[in-house]
Amino acid sequence: MEQPNLSYIHSMSGGDEAFEKQLIDIIKVEFPEEKKVYFKNMAENNNKLSVDIVHKLKHKISILGLEKSYDVAVQFENNLIEGSTELQDEFELILATMTDFLEQF
Amino acid sequence: MNCIIIDDEATARAIIRQLCSNVDSLNVLEEFPNAMQAIKYLNQNEIDLVFLDIHMPDFTGFDFIQTIKNPPKTILTTSDPKFAIQAFEYDCIVDYLVKPITPERFQKAILKAESSKVTTSAVEVPSVEKVEGSSGNDLYVNIDRRLIKIDIPSIYLVEAKGDYILVKTEDINYTVHSTLKKIEEKLPDDLFLKVHRSYIINVDKIIDIEDNSVLIKKDVIPVSRSNRPELMKRLNLL
Repeated sequence: MEQPNLSYIHSMSGGDEAFEKQLIDIIKVEFPEEKKVYFKNMAENNNKLSVDIVHKLKHKISILGLEKSYDVAVQFENNLIEGSTELQDEFELILATMTDFLEQF
Repeated sequence: MNCIIIDDEATARAIIRQLCSNVDSLNVLEEFPNAMQAIKYLNQNEIDLVFLDIHMPDFTGFDFIQTIKNPPKTILTTSDPKFAIQAFEYDCIVDYLVKPITPERFQKAILKAESSKVTTSAVEVPSVEKVEGSSGNDLYVNIDRRLIKIDIPSIYLVEAKGDYILVKTEDINYTVHSTLKKIEEKLPDDLFLKVHRSYIINVDKIIDIEDNSVLIKKDVIPVSRSNRPELMKRLNLL
């Protein structure tokens, strides 16, 4: 399983550790909220809103350096647009991995 | 360049602000989680550059550009590469950044913005208190303390958006601080029909109708069950 990392955040922070901390703090607030919205929309079979929130979560996946997982998220978003939930388990595993990663900060 | 950031995601706004802080020529004046707040800000302030997310709920980045008469230079920031072709249909768009944005790509976009010839003075933004009235085929809306005339038959759709309505015409879209009920009273009954609690359509502009929706231009509009009989009555059915 691909593991999250801070390589993107380091690459764009220019060594500004205060910014890195600030960004992670923002992600730690925003990500659980988005995750909650995602599970709610999926439970309610609200396809359009599920697509929207997967789209938003994609950005955080990429920020945490998850390149292969990002591709899974893109495909999952496309599947949802076509009315299929294929890759749902894989996508939710990615969310769980990100949750574990963010807990260390 | 004085700039603003519009993105519904706080993480994205923080990243763009940080990237801007590394460029001496950029001065971030404000950031907004939605386009409506930015439109209000642009009523009072002139800016040179907008970092604009496309994919936002209710009011997209493209809605924002279409709402402003003379939009400032705009760099689109999005996770959707598929909108790139559509993006460059707008003269104000100087570049298109796909998230996650790298510092190198960001620098290129700023160079493009600096060398772009898009004029940015006199930003005229619709932000209306109310629909003032109509006369004959015209409807006047109060936009930035000016009464703007809209040719009523050119309106093809009116959409409720919270405290605002979006009036779509053949040439331009107007965001007006008003309600669907108020504008419904100003529009001629023989031409317009409320088909859903959030939509009024120009019946002459319908392209086709499916079970629960109508296609007008490129907009697919839901038709509520209670409004469908009236819609069907209006059609010259074979």
